[in-house]
Amino acid sequence: MMKIMSKNKKIVYLDHAATTYLRPEVIKAMASFGSDNYGNPSSLYSKGREAKKALETARSKVAAILGCQPEEIIFEGSGTESDNHALIGTAYANRGRGNHLIATVIEHHAVLHACEFLETQGFEVTYLPVDKDGIVKLEELEKSIRQETILVSVVFANNEIGTVQPIREISQIIKKKNPKTYLHTDACQAAGFYELKVDELGVDLMTINGSKIYGPKGTGLLYVKKGTMIYPFIHGGGQEQGRRAGTENVAGIIGLATALELVQKEKAKENQRLIKLRDKLITGLLKIPKTVLNGHPTQRLPNNVNVTVLDIEGEAMLLHLDEAGICASTGSACSSGTLEPSHVIMALGHPYEMAHGSMRFSLGHVNTEEDIDYLLEVFPPIVEKLRAMSPVNLKNPKS
Amino acid sequence: MSKISKKTKPSKPKAATQINGQDIMGNEWAYSDEVREHFFKPQNFVTEAPKDYNGLGMVGSPACGDMMKVWLKIDSKTEKITKFFWQTFGCASAIAATSMLSVMVTEKGGKTIAEALKITPTDIIKRLSGLPSRKIHCSVLGDKALEAAINDYFQRTNQKERIKASGSRVIDKELNITDKDIEQAVKDGAKTLEEVQQKTKVGLGDPNCLPEAEELVRFYVEKYY
Repeated sequence: MMKIMSKNKKIVYLDHAATTYLRPEVIKAMASFGSDNYGNPSSLYSKGREAKKALETARSKVAAILGCQPEEIIFEGSGTESDNHALIGTAYANRGRGNHLIATVIEHHAVLHACEFLETQGFEVTYLPVDKDGIVKLEELEKSIRQETILVSVVFANNEIGTVQPIREISQIIKKKNPKTYLHTDACQAAGFYELKVDELGVDLMTINGSKIYGPKGTGLLYVKKGTMIYPFIHGGGQEQGRRAGTENVAGIIGLATALELVQKEKAKENQRLIKLRDKLITGLLKIPKTVLNGHPTQRLPNNVNVTVLDIEGEAMLLHLDEAGICASTGSACSSGTLEPSHVIMALGHPYEMAHGSMRFSLGHVNTEEDIDYLLEVFPPIVEKLRAMSPVNLKNPKS
Repeated sequence: MSKISKKTKPSKPKAATQINGQDIMGNEWAYSDEVREHFFKPQNFVTEAPKDYNGLGMVGSPACGDMMKVWLKIDSKTEKITKFFWQTFGCASAIAATSMLSVMVTEKGGKTIAEALKITPTDIIKRLSGLPSRKIHCSVLGDKALEAAINDYFQRTNQKERIKASGSRVIDKELNITDKDIEQAVKDGAKTLEEVQQKTKVGLGDPNCLPEAEELVRFYVEKYY
């Protein structure tokens, strides 16, 4: 049970898909790289060489987890940067053989907005639909691949609804239709829970970041399979083999590698524990009348719960939960910066009102059964209170 | 791309505390104490329709994220609004703004119809000690609901000449479809957005207008059926 006492208020953190805290092991690993080993890895003197050595050790650790060569890893400034690099970098480098890209409609905005940018630059993007559970429609994928398709981007596990895609199968479909088409997967949410061997997944590019796996924010990495044509995204010094300029964030990279190693080592046991908590929470929430589970019932992240509570709005629920010390998320337009409801919930074929009432609880390391019990005790009265003052009475989709 | 400014004087910097409705800490819930008070302890809301009322107004739709229903009890002699009951679907500021409006209308014995119609969104926001800028549309809906309820009162009391006419307004900019077109479609028997679309094609030109179109369909269906 995570109890952070601030102003005598208990905090139950159920928003791990938004970001995670640093684990003590990660802080420890990073500690000396700010004050003592502050050298620039590009410098030739001993302080520089020490930093370089630490950087390359981190790279080898990551390469071992991904089952790839160390030189196939590019460290970047965030998951968003890696996604942008993967799409924009391959699109421009392969313009000679086509102008077409494919992305699912439930990609993270880091991918979707990069696609929209590419569309303004003369590229064509096909957006792949998903079924009602959020699984990519494979027959649509097969149909969409053409001779001039440069890249397909499929999110490994979705950040909002937690649906996990059959990446290996997707890879086989792509390579059979066009062996030259690259597959990029955004694995930011998945990295803590699944095997990441790139050969088994069949991916050419893969994005991972630190801030979802108990590592530092502002860190990310892009796996780029040898032979993949890709332009650098940030230009400057020759760091990262000339593929990502800027003095390396040595402490951050070490934090990222340490965090990835830890979650990967513990995943079998931790997944089991989280799935139990997740399913208890889902069962409990669905006991509230007029609630619907968003996403796939089983092919979903061990830590993701996303339900729509009909007739009421998400931000109002969040504010009440916040009063009770519970941190969660909503797909409601009211809580987004753009006043647009969640594109992911909408992509499942749900009407606007389903997105406005959607709530995401994402579990993590610190959560216990006690936290779930607490949420299930606090949440139903909040729903009851808001429904009592709501003029909306939508049809119960369960009846 | 930034252009080189010809101004010699440096322009006044933007208020540092508000960036797109967020405060500088990125806190989207920068609600005032008044908003929190009215959100957590809303005034005058009802869990079911009151029996004694003579003006009913409804605006918004769950699809667009906010919906309000207002019941008024107006004293026909003094024209004072003595009761203002409401239900709201929406975010914290929508709930707080409706609650605050209900207090503003009924306090000190109640405002007259003429006084109530003068309440602007700015007045409500002032009483709430401000709202994050991107939340302001929520309270705009509050005064619309009040106006709709007053119009309904005029309708019920045979004072149709006093109904504040809202001139026809273009909803779908691409196809030039107005609210009157939607009203006519509902009068002609369309009761859902889809049925109205079959008659008017609203939203096919400009899908962004669909939430507003749906709101109108609900409003007119409520009005005529």
